[in-house]
Amino acid sequence: MIRTILAALCAAAFAPVVTAHAADAIDPARVERAVAEAWRNLPPDLQARVEQDETMRLCSQYHNAPPPEVAAAILAREKKNIAYPADGKFLGDWKKGEASALSGFGGRMGDDPKRANGGNCYACHQLAPTEISYGTLGPSLLGYGKLKGTSEAAQKEVFERIYNAQSALACSTMPRFGHNGFLTVQQITDAVAFLLDPDSPVNK
Amino acid sequence: MRTTATMALAVALSIGGGFLDCGSARAQGSPGDDADKTLEKYRAMISDPMSNPGYLAVDAGEALWSMPRGTKNASLETCDLGEGPGKLDGAYAKMPRYFADTDRVMDAESRILWCMETIQGFDTTAIRKKPFASSGGNPATEIEALVAFVANRSNGHVYAAKMEHPKEREMVALGEALFFRRASVNDFSCQTCHGQEGQRIRLQKLPHFDTPRDAQATMGSWPTYRVSQASLRTMQHRLWDCYWQMRMPDVGYTSDVTIALTAYLTKKAEGGKIEVPSIKR
Repeated sequence: MIRTILAALCAAAFAPVVTAHAADAIDPARVERAVAEAWRNLPPDLQARVEQDETMRLCSQYHNAPPPEVAAAILAREKKNIAYPADGKFLGDWKKGEASALSGFGGRMGDDPKRANGGNCYACHQLAPTEISYGTLGPSLLGYGKLKGTSEAAQKEVFERIYNAQSALACSTMPRFGHNGFLTVQQITDAVAFLLDPDSPVNK
Repeated sequence: MRTTATMALAVALSIGGGFLDCGSARAQGSPGDDADKTLEKYRAMISDPMSNPGYLAVDAGEALWSMPRGTKNASLETCDLGEGPGKLDGAYAKMPRYFADTDRVMDAESRILWCMETIQGFDTTAIRKKPFASSGGNPATEIEALVAFVANRSNGHVYAAKMEHPKEREMVALGEALFFRRASVNDFSCQTCHGQEGQRIRLQKLPHFDTPRDAQATMGSWPTYRVSQASLRTMQHRLWDCYWQMRMPDVGYTSDVTIALTAYLTKKAEGGKIEVPSIKR
């Protein structure tokens, strides 16, 4: 039963959105030319933000609904890129995870790069029942740890999904938080604890 | 009238801080409903043009439009927005559109700037460098005021940007590709937030542009007066702000990227009615 609910939850979590192709075909080189004109004279770190890696390029091309062979290639590549905690511990501090889940700070032009980025989980997910200002772009994760348990395997799986959502579902709309260096490995283990720790408000 | 405006602003401020207040007001089911209803009431209350601060920009724009200015000491009254020199009524409803004289698809902002350069002899470099008023109750910039005025003259018209010229069709296709183009440190594209119907980010409802009524309501209500920024904002600002949220560097003002996205979204909003400036959170 729990397994069925989990499966449904995960399917909903990573279901790609299919949208009809309405406009005329356009040469990808024309698109990149427009991009280059719209973002000019950038320092290397910002120029890197404008450019796409192979996974971004494919997800854009297929409107996040890649054909099976493309999806398989993305999964394999993204899974390979995961960096795990040096001490092997996936369960961090849920209180820090909660603070990060509430924070949308970081990465925007003008944001202080010395201040920690937030995971901004509440922008898209329901988590603790006490927080009613939550978005619905992702599935509800209310009571997630009660469904998922706290086994080593569960911890590792959740870590991998937050580190790189596309290691679990190609073209997931969720950011690849660890892969892109937006959150640190430590911050991700804190997020895992916020989701799975029995003491976390998510599971109350 | 003044009382209405003051009350409206009081409600606006309480909505502005709503994310914090809502935490204590536990609600069952959809927490967005109450906020929506309050916002709806608020919108109805300030739909009166006399109490929407955005109309200050419309008035300023009207004055700027007819005043002889620039090195050529000319007004903008002969500016051709696509319907013929000086013809304003309904012109905004057909933009972005292709202009043979520039061989370019232009939106209202890029076209007005072009008129300022060619008719009035302005060097628009400074305007292009700082096109948007700083948040916090500052008056609209010249270009924001002019766009507000021009757009307002299409009130009651329906969006009828045909996008039939090959260059217009190309811009719509470019806009679609850009809408789905993922980039930067969060892998976001426009589609991330606007690809599903009826979704929220935190408590904020998100328009879904494949749903005609969403596309029409959105595109038909810009320029808008944004209460949270206390400023009149144009579609160029909306797109710059979206890219900022997407963790992208500042997108080029009146670049083809912004015009293509506007063309794509305007095409989706076809048949929708224009009522501007509106007022939003």
